[in-house]
Amino acid sequence: MASHQAPNASMEQRLAAVERVLEVRAHDKGLSVDGTIEMVEEKFVSENGAKVVARVWTDPAFRARLLADGKAAIAEFGIGLPAIQRQVYVLENTPAVHNVIVCTLCSCTATTLIGPPPNWYEDLEYRARVVREARTVLQEMGCPVAPETEIRVWDTTADTRFMVLPMQPPETIGWPEDRLAAIVTRDSLIGVARLSAAGG
Amino acid sequence: MDGMHDLGGRQGFGKVGIVPKASPFQAAWEKRAYALRSMAAQLGLYNVDEYRHAVERMDPRHSVSASYYERVITAIATLLVEKGVTTKAELEAIAGGGFALSHPSAGGRTNAADRKSFQRGERVRVRNDFVPGHIRLPGYIRGKTGVVMYEGPLTPFPDAHAHGIEAADEPTYDVQFRSEELWPGGAEQAVIHVAVFQSYLEAVA
Repeated sequence: MASHQAPNASMEQRLAAVERVLEVRAHDKGLSVDGTIEMVEEKFVSENGAKVVARVWTDPAFRARLLADGKAAIAEFGIGLPAIQRQVYVLENTPAVHNVIVCTLCSCTATTLIGPPPNWYEDLEYRARVVREARTVLQEMGCPVAPETEIRVWDTTADTRFMVLPMQPPETIGWPEDRLAAIVTRDSLIGVARLSAAGG
Repeated sequence: MDGMHDLGGRQGFGKVGIVPKASPFQAAWEKRAYALRSMAAQLGLYNVDEYRHAVERMDPRHSVSASYYERVITAIATLLVEKGVTTKAELEAIAGGGFALSHPSAGGRTNAADRKSFQRGERVRVRNDFVPGHIRLPGYIRGKTGVVMYEGPLTPFPDAHAHGIEAADEPTYDVQFRSEELWPGGAEQAVIHVAVFQSYLEAVA
């Protein structure tokens, strides 16, 4: 910031100013911030990703469709992608491979499956470190990865998106889909948490 | 541009502050900022690459000290001033205080004239390109060699799209790198996948 700059107004005041200058344009298009908050709370939720994962665990044909074409498969649930997001790739965790997602340049996420990114995903620490010391970062985050398991880090640098397909806890095999969906956490869809029957 | 936003592989940071199941928003205004960004995108006043570049153009001191949603609001305000929707003076009058914006944009560029298609399994090198404008190439892969895993969908070329320059949409390639080759002797073993625009890649002879 240049030294002649007046001290910044509060974030609430700066946000309100931006909102005000867009008000007429938004109104003309039938848009509002309050209306958009409702849309976000309904459509940008990790419960969507959880539903997709639960279906994968119970339906091998769906698993194949999802891994082949993520965008087409999630459309079966009525889940779309925002216009700029071209495709979503689903990354399957196995005992041999652990996948984890990052956006080192900003904080791109598959919002319609994972929801708005958590703060730690936006923080400089995660973005700087996970590409270079993934095993240590995952250990620190409470998700240790066995030494024999390969770690794959996916940097979201283009307008393709990723979702991790977490491993199903063995004791939940045979559970109905809705009960399975309830144990799938947002952090497991990013690849920094493992799942248990008790829920994340 | 080699800005503060290009964080991959930078050292000296502390632990990641994860709180399982925490709300993605620390305060009510942050949720409002998230929705405002989504609404502004629907108004079509600017595109996503212009938006990302406006974040990148924040003064480095401001950028690293700002929360994520302060960066969001700063970028949107910068674009609204640059597009003539409002002025810095008007924003500051409404806000009742200062409103620091991003620095002006430098030039962009169009697609590489000699870009070519690559096949799955082909070894490719990331071009040693240095540009003052927007680029979606993380610095840690510049000049490095990797393997093409698949071709992604056609996407507007960010280096042009952020600057209002004509360019063809081009594919991105999923390129697999080894961390030990990106940071020889200085990284934990892992496979790193990066989505790389066609214009950023060249064949390995």
